Amino acid sequence: MKRSRITECNDWFLERFPLTKLWNEHMTHYYAPKNFNFWYFFGSLALLVLVNQILTGIFLTMNYKPDAKLAFDSVEYIMRDVNWGWLIRYMHSTGSSAFFIVVYLHMFRGLLYGSFKHPRELVWIFGMLLFVALMAEAFMGYLLPWGQMSYWGAQVIISLFSAIPVIGDDLSLWLRGDYVVSDATLNRFFAFHVIAVPLALVMLVFLHIVALHEVGSNNPDGIEIKDSKDPWGHPVDGIPFHPYYTVKDLVGVGVFLLFFATVIFYMPEMGGYFLEHANFIPADPMKTPEHIAPVWYFTPFYAILRAIPDKFAGVIGMGGAIVVLFLLPWLDRSPVKSIRYRGGIYKKALCLFVISFLALGYLGTQPATPTATIFARLFTTIYFGFFLLMPIYTRWEKTKPLPQRLTKVHSLEEQLHNLEEQLPTLIEEITELKPATTEIGHTAFKSSFFARKPNPKGIRNVISRLAKKAKGSLD
Amino acid sequence: MKNLIALFLLLLLSFGVAASEGIELQEANVDLSDNASLQRGAKHFVTYCLGCHSIKHIRYLRIALDTDVDPKKILKDIAPEGANIYDQLHSAMNAHDAEKWFGTQPPDLSLIARSRGADWLYSYLKSYYIDPKSPRGVNNLVFEDTAMPNPLWQLQGDQYAEPRKTIWGEEYNKLVIEKPGTLSGGEFDIFVNDLVNFLVYAGEPVQLERQRIGKYVIFFILMFLVVAYLLKKEYWKDID
Repeated sequence: MKRSRITECNDWFLERFPLTKLWNEHMTHYYAPKNFNFWYFFGSLALLVLVNQILTGIFLTMNYKPDAKLAFDSVEYIMRDVNWGWLIRYMHSTGSSAFFIVVYLHMFRGLLYGSFKHPRELVWIFGMLLFVALMAEAFMGYLLPWGQMSYWGAQVIISLFSAIPVIGDDLSLWLRGDYVVSDATLNRFFAFHVIAVPLALVMLVFLHIVALHEVGSNNPDGIEIKDSKDPWGHPVDGIPFHPYYTVKDLVGVGVFLLFFATVIFYMPEMGGYFLEHANFIPADPMKTPEHIAPVWYFTPFYAILRAIPDKFAGVIGMGGAIVVLFLLPWLDRSPVKSIRYRGGIYKKALCLFVISFLALGYLGTQPATPTATIFARLFTTIYFGFFLLMPIYTRWEKTKPLPQRLTKVHSLEEQLHNLEEQLPTLIEEITELKPATTEIGHTAFKSSFFARKPNPKGIRNVISRLAKKAKGSLD
Repeated sequence: MKNLIALFLLLLLSFGVAASEGIELQEANVDLSDNASLQRGAKHFVTYCLGCHSIKHIRYLRIALDTDVDPKKILKDIAPEGANIYDQLHSAMNAHDAEKWFGTQPPDLSLIARSRGADWLYSYLKSYYIDPKSPRGVNNLVFEDTAMPNPLWQLQGDQYAEPRKTIWGEEYNKLVIEKPGTLSGGEFDIFVNDLVNFLVYAGEPVQLERQRIGKYVIFFILMFLVVAYLLKKEYWKDID
C-alpha cells in the first residue's frame, strides 16, 4: 500500500524530534498511583490557571499603558471600551487570587501526605521557588492598576528593604528607581511582571515536573508504588497518567471552572478581597489611605511582619516564614510520609498550623489594634513552632505500621451510596414515633415522616458518636 | 484540648464583634434594570453634579444604549447644551479654579460607587446638616468636614443635627428637617436613590450584561462537567 503524504510528513518529523518518546515518557508510560484523592487536583489546576494568566495577560498588555499618568485610566478603558476587555481583566484579576487558592491547597497536600520527603526534596524546592516567584509576580502585578492600594502597598513593601542595616536605604532606592514609588517603579515592575518573572515561572514549572517524573508521584498512603512491580516492570498500583488522570483532571477542571466563572460573572470584587475597594481610587502620592492592607494572599505574612515589634526583625520574620518552608524536607524526621500513618501529635500540630495560618490571614486584613497584635504574636509563635519543633515531635511520636500496597478508600460515589443506605436507620435513631393523636389533618401530613418527632437523646447519641470518631481520627 | 479549642473559637468570635463599628449606613435600593430610574439619575447628575464632578469613563452614547433611549433624546433632555453624543461626561470646571474655591479638586466620579459603595453614597447625600461653625455652613454626618457643599439643599430643605441619647445612654445625632425643601421626604429619597443608582451603573456599565452572559457560561460548564464525569467513569470502570 502506498504510504500517504500525511504519514510521510509525520515520519519526517518524528525522525528528527522525539515527540512520541516525550509523550510516552511523561503521559502514557508515566505511572501514577491509582489512589489519588481530592487533594491531587490542584497541581493540574495550578497549570491551568498559569495558562489562563499568561493568555489573558497578553491581551491586557495590548491596551494597558505602563505610565503613571495613563495606567489607571487605561485599565478603565479596558473595562469599558475594549470589546470583552472586562471579561479578560476579570479573568486575570480573579485568576491571580485563584492561583494562590490552588497553590496553597497544593502545598497543604504536601504537608498532609509528606510529598516533600525523600526522594522528593528537589520537587519541593522547585515548588517553593515557584511559590516565591509567584509572590513576586503577584506583588508587581498589583502595582500596575495604579490605584491607591497598588501604590501604597508597593510603598510599604519596598520600604521594608530600607530596614536592612547599612545598605537598606540605597537598596530600596535602587529597587524603586526613585525616592518614592513613581513612574520609574511602575515601568520596571511592568517589565518584571510581563517578561522576567513569567519566564522564570514557566522554567520552574518545567523543572518541577521533570523532577517529579524522575522520582514518581507520592500518594495519600505515602508509600512508594515502585516497590511492588509486575513482571513487565510496571508498578502494580500504578496506572498510566494518560488517559486515567487526564480524564480525571478534566472533571477537576470542570468543577474549578464552575467556581471561577461564578466569581468572574457574579462577584468579581469578591467583597473587596479579590479587587480591593480602595484600588478604585487613582494612586495619589500625597494622600496616604487610613488603612493599608495587602491583597488577601499576602496577609498571613504581613500579619507576621506586623506582629514583631522591631522593623528589621519583622522583615526577618516575614522572610523566615517562607525560608522555613524550604527546609521542610530536613525538619521532618518522621519515618512515614502520610498523615494516615503518623501519630496524633503531627495531626494536632498540622491542625494548629492551619488555624494559625488562617487567623494570621484574617488579622493581616485588619487594622493593628493592641489585642489583634497579641493574637498575631500568638499565631506567629504557633506558625514557627510547627516548623521549628518538627525535628523533635516527628522523631518522638509513635507511627502506625505502613501497608505494603496502596489501601482502598471509598470513592465519593460509594460514600454517598453508603450514606443513602444508612439514612433510614439514622432517621430511626434521631426521631421517635409521635404518640397517636386524634388531630384531623390533611392526609399528606399523616405520612410516615410527619408521624415522627425529633428525639433529643438519639440526636445526642449520634453527635457524640461523630465527635468520638473525629477525635479518634486525630490520634 | 477541648477547652483550648473552645477558648480559641470564643476569642475569634469576639474579634468579629469588635471589628464592626462606625456609623450605620442607610440602605440604597439599587436596581440597574430600572431604566427610568437610571435616566432620571443621569439627568440629576448632569443638573446637580456635573458642574464640578466629571464621569470621564462613560459616554452619552453608552448611557443611551444601555438605558434603551434614543441618542437624540439623550442629547436633548439629559446632556448639557452643546455636548456631542460621543463625549464623555466632562465637567466644565477647571482644576486650578477648583483648587482655589474648594481647597481640593472634586474627584472624578466614574468609580465612586465601587470605592465607596452605594449605601455610603446614599447616606452621605442625605446626611448634610447646617453647621454654622463649618466654613461652608454645612457639615456631614457620614463624612465629617467634607469639602463639598450640599448641592441638594434646595430640594431637601434645612436639615439640622440634634444630639440625642439612646435608651442605653449612647449619644448620637438625629437629623431633623426644620424647613422643608421643594421635595417631600419620600420624593427626596427617590431622587437620591436614582442618582446613586446611576452612579452604580456608571461604575461598571457592563454589570447587567455580565450577569446575563454568566448564566450561559455556567450552563455550558455544567454540561462540560457532566460529559467529563461520564468520560472519567467510563475510563475508570476497570480500576479498583
